[in-house]
Amino acid sequence: MRVEFAQAVISLKDTHPNLVFMTGDLGYMALEKVRDRYGDHFINAGVAEQNMVTVAASLAYEGFIPFAYSISPFVTLRPYEQIRTDVCLHDLPVKIVGNGGGYGYGIMGATHHNIEDIAIMRVLPNMRVYVPLTGSDVGEALDMMVTDPHPNYLRLNMGAKLPYEVQPFAQWRKIKSGDKGVVIGTGPVLENVANLPAEVVDGLEIWALSIFPFTEIPTELIAKINSTKKLLTIEEHQGQCGMHEALASMLLGKLEHVITFKPLYAKGYPSGRYGDQKWHQAENGIGGEGLAKDVAAFVS
Amino acid sequence: MLAKDKHGDLLKKAFSVKKRFLGMYKAVNAGHVGCSLSCAEILTFVQFGWKKDGDEIVLSKGHAAASLYSVLAEAGQIEESEISTFYKNNTYLAAHPPTNKIKGIPFATGSLGHGLSLAAGLGLAKKLKKEDKKIFCITSDGEINEGSTWEAALFIAHHKLTNVIWLVDRNMLQGFGKTEDVMQLEPLDKKLEAFGFEVIIIHGHDFRAFEEAKHKAAKNEKPTAVICNTIKGNNWITYEGMVDSHYLPMKDEQFDIVTTEIERFYNEKYAELT
Repeated sequence: MRVEFAQAVISLKDTHPNLVFMTGDLGYMALEKVRDRYGDHFINAGVAEQNMVTVAASLAYEGFIPFAYSISPFVTLRPYEQIRTDVCLHDLPVKIVGNGGGYGYGIMGATHHNIEDIAIMRVLPNMRVYVPLTGSDVGEALDMMVTDPHPNYLRLNMGAKLPYEVQPFAQWRKIKSGDKGVVIGTGPVLENVANLPAEVVDGLEIWALSIFPFTEIPTELIAKINSTKKLLTIEEHQGQCGMHEALASMLLGKLEHVITFKPLYAKGYPSGRYGDQKWHQAENGIGGEGLAKDVAAFVS
Repeated sequence: MLAKDKHGDLLKKAFSVKKRFLGMYKAVNAGHVGCSLSCAEILTFVQFGWKKDGDEIVLSKGHAAASLYSVLAEAGQIEESEISTFYKNNTYLAAHPPTNKIKGIPFATGSLGHGLSLAAGLGLAKKLKKEDKKIFCITSDGEINEGSTWEAALFIAHHKLTNVIWLVDRNMLQGFGKTEDVMQLEPLDKKLEAFGFEVIIIHGHDFRAFEEAKHKAAKNEKPTAVICNTIKGNNWITYEGMVDSHYLPMKDEQFDIVTTEIERFYNEKYAELT
């Protein structure tokens, strides 16, 4: 998604001259053209994310729309109090951009992963979290973000490649219909379900959730959960405070029956070993053979 | 050189500012008295002797909020009726500055180590907008322990934000001890110089020293840091220069002592002018 991100950020500068781009010293082979386009509105803030976020808050106070960009954990977990206090409590339109949410940085190891970001960001006051599914979502999400007068966090990853036509970026999207059970996922990890063999996927109805927090679940989706009595969720994020917990609490009172609920999420580092993103997904049952078995059992 | 009439006016204003915030603390039996006494002259001079329209003040040491509220009341930006709500339920004037509510307070502060970055961002914004405005940031000395303060210092120096004036309330005390015992800061001037600041060291309760610093800062080609040597709990003779002045509220007897002393201080300084 980095390529799409850079392209969108460059073109948005034409319509939003008050955009400022700050990076925590990252962007090699990715942001050079952004730097060229933004000129003195491109600021490499150095490896100093706490200062970067607070400076961005002040720029927003002065009428700019600043991006604050880095690898996901370094721009969320490290300056978390700055985000909470200086950005969110003041409801300023700072656009935090974290590259490599989930296990996106693969073999780089645990320091570079972020399986807590949606949880910690979605609970902040005034914050909206954007989780694109595909590469083409990124530009559409950014269009929404630059006109959103509130703080935002954008979780970038490798865009999903799906065998279906996907609707434009929105909080809720139905990816495909089905009558044997419902799958709800956030982010590109949803492709791990969507790309399973046809005999497994055919009966599933698949939905993507891409903006947090959410206050409503589409009526059509609730009806489908009630009629199939089966819900499987998938997120490249730890279980607590992630998508499925938010979803479960929203569903309370909306269910007409006892349903089968199968949440799939990241457990962390069960073996203590490292690999690429797909390897971590497989180890955590959100990709690979474990997922295939779980989904097949869920449908049957 | 500070003109006598201007000096006299600043002394009067500082006296009024102190009387007001001491009354505020006393009315609600609150602490942080010493923190506000420490920076009373800094804030008074910045507001009435240095700042111009459109300039901003960031009180990074948000625990001295009463001093800031009092200065803003003195400037007519906060109503006295609002001042009387300080520290009480349903007030905007909490013990630390609030978010988005008071003209003259751009940001809530109180979590230490944020203010210099806030000032850096405001300074950068003014520079990008080509507005000739200054940002005054008052930090404590204890909060210089925070790594984010040094991140901000690097940033300000690197971007040559000469519109940021950093005033350090150097009272040599922090939350649970002397700064040099807890986490040595000295030689602070050398450290700030090494980070790229033009450093001015002044007596932090003397308006003539502030006036000189202001003129020096105007000529600086690097960002300015003013180390204001102050006394925590200045004029609260029972606890002057002691950590106790950070925390303890004033009982009636102590209130009488400190209000008497600030009046004596004012009379003495005013008499020197005539």
